[in-house]
Amino acid sequence: MSWYAKKKPKIAASVEADEVDQRSAPSRMEGLWVKCEPCGEILLREELERALNVCPSCNHHMAWNARARMLALCDEGSFEEHDEGLEAQDPLGFSDSKKYRDRIKSTRKALNENDAFVSGTARIDGQHVSIGAFLFEFMGGSMGSVVGEKVTRVFERARELDVPAIVFSSSGGARMQEGILSLMQMAKTCAALNRFREVRKPYISVLLNPTTGGVAASFSWLGDVVIAEPRALIGFAGARVIEQTIRQKLPEGFQRSEFLLEHGMIDAIVQRKELRAKLSQIIGLLS
Amino acid sequence: MASPAHSLDFERPLLELEKKIGDLRSISRSGAVDMTVEIGRLEKKAKKLQEEIFNELSRWQIVQLSRHNARPYFLDYVNFLFTDYCELAGDRLFGEDPSLIGGFARFDGVPVMVMGHQKGRSTKENMLRNFGMPRPEGYRKAKRLFELAARFNRPILTFVDTPGAYPGIGAEERGQAEAIATNLEVMAGLPVPVISTVIGEGGSGGALAIGVGNRVLMMQYSIYSVISPEGCASILFRDATRADKAAEALKLVATDLKALGVVDEVIVEPAGGAHRNPAQAAESLGAALKKHLRELTKLKPDQLVDDRYDKFRALGVFSGK
Repeated sequence: MSWYAKKKPKIAASVEADEVDQRSAPSRMEGLWVKCEPCGEILLREELERALNVCPSCNHHMAWNARARMLALCDEGSFEEHDEGLEAQDPLGFSDSKKYRDRIKSTRKALNENDAFVSGTARIDGQHVSIGAFLFEFMGGSMGSVVGEKVTRVFERARELDVPAIVFSSSGGARMQEGILSLMQMAKTCAALNRFREVRKPYISVLLNPTTGGVAASFSWLGDVVIAEPRALIGFAGARVIEQTIRQKLPEGFQRSEFLLEHGMIDAIVQRKELRAKLSQIIGLLS
Repeated sequence: MASPAHSLDFERPLLELEKKIGDLRSISRSGAVDMTVEIGRLEKKAKKLQEEIFNELSRWQIVQLSRHNARPYFLDYVNFLFTDYCELAGDRLFGEDPSLIGGFARFDGVPVMVMGHQKGRSTKENMLRNFGMPRPEGYRKAKRLFELAARFNRPILTFVDTPGAYPGIGAEERGQAEAIATNLEVMAGLPVPVISTVIGEGGSGGALAIGVGNRVLMMQYSIYSVISPEGCASILFRDATRADKAAEALKLVATDLKALGVVDEVIVEPAGGAHRNPAQAAESLGAALKKHLRELTKLKPDQLVDDRYDKFRALGVFSGK
């Protein structure tokens, strides 16, 4: 083995020791280095963050924290958060391996976030927008009462201010722990969206990896323009459920952005580095 | 052709007792021995047993009742409650989905649109109906019928009874999520009265896609849930056999949903469940539908949209402003 080959695994080992969670935001990961899972490239965290968490070697779009995304996509200093005080309750008294109440409490503490959605108003290239994004790291971005309420208010605020709405989705779907009330958030958000349509301002929905279940099957798929990041997993049913139902292996690339584009289910796939320009362009064309 | 109705474990003692009563009756009728006293005693016992069983049903037992294959399905209610049913097929885009059907009909003489998930009783029927699990075509047909009803100013009555939207490759390719999402928005804006009744299983988004009503009613032994108890158990408890536990946790029975404000009225079922007396179940539901429809037809189109909006806008429990 050459000296070069010897060096690489060493770094990889140290990264693995950190147990890098692909899904968690880079700002929360520890260490200087990040390994790109699909291509195995070891990347300097700082450089990766500069590249908007896209692997420079294989173009893999890694998870990108909602707040970092807002900061990068909106005009500097323009993002003003709303509804940050909304907190989940435990209407069912739900408990699995852990009480829902405790799960919420510990997740809030660990992430320093109240729930799985951050939203507010901002400007993109000087154009005012009502905007929101899922925090996938918060219980899989699941939509319970708080997320549903915040999404609803994104549309209500957009209607009130007569500005475009933008939502970045990444969610496993409805939050089981709030039972039927989570399901009802699908109807609530879609009803609010329906009202917003009256003002004839665009709603741009950006689907991120992953967007499934009750979030895919409600406001997320109803954008006037629906765009997705490359290779994002987007669909209604989870792969495991489908495989169990049809007793077949799923084809390669199933439910990925490229698959959806090919089937006519989304408008475009947009590279992260071009996202800001694309949003600005669409708003400009439709406002 | 229907398969023999299955009997649930907890129903069995009652069914056995009833069989015994039936046997005694036929002996009595043959004139050999007078069994009147004995029959009367057993009937009293059966009544008491039924009360005992049904007064303390667990949520999991209600899940089982909601799926009972002798339970009245959508087309049974159509037969009991409507005349002039004129089924309309196809989504005009891809295909016809027999698991979600509907058309115009008369309710109490008044023309309406009726729509519902349809399950099958035999294997053959279930193949046709896909066990009541619609594909995108079903939802897109429903959307077509919603808009048709709106154009002709006909109230819409939907009947929910599905394990969920079908999870398959084709369904995903053709946009299952988009089809459901679109229906949620279309329903929100309908300028006509919409009443949705859960008659059996209300399985998640596949149920809600025809469930955005001004009024949402539930039959007493139906369920409505964000996920099936089996699915919930396999994800949260990593064990699908703990569905009973999941059913308790999910609070998915009619009285739970009434308490959470999701459901407006629970329709009381005949003793022992709707499958023991479908005609009576239909009669109770019919009376409730008539009452709600009478109230809703007083509202103007805008008011109907606002009424529905206010109902769903209010759902959710959180703290803070």
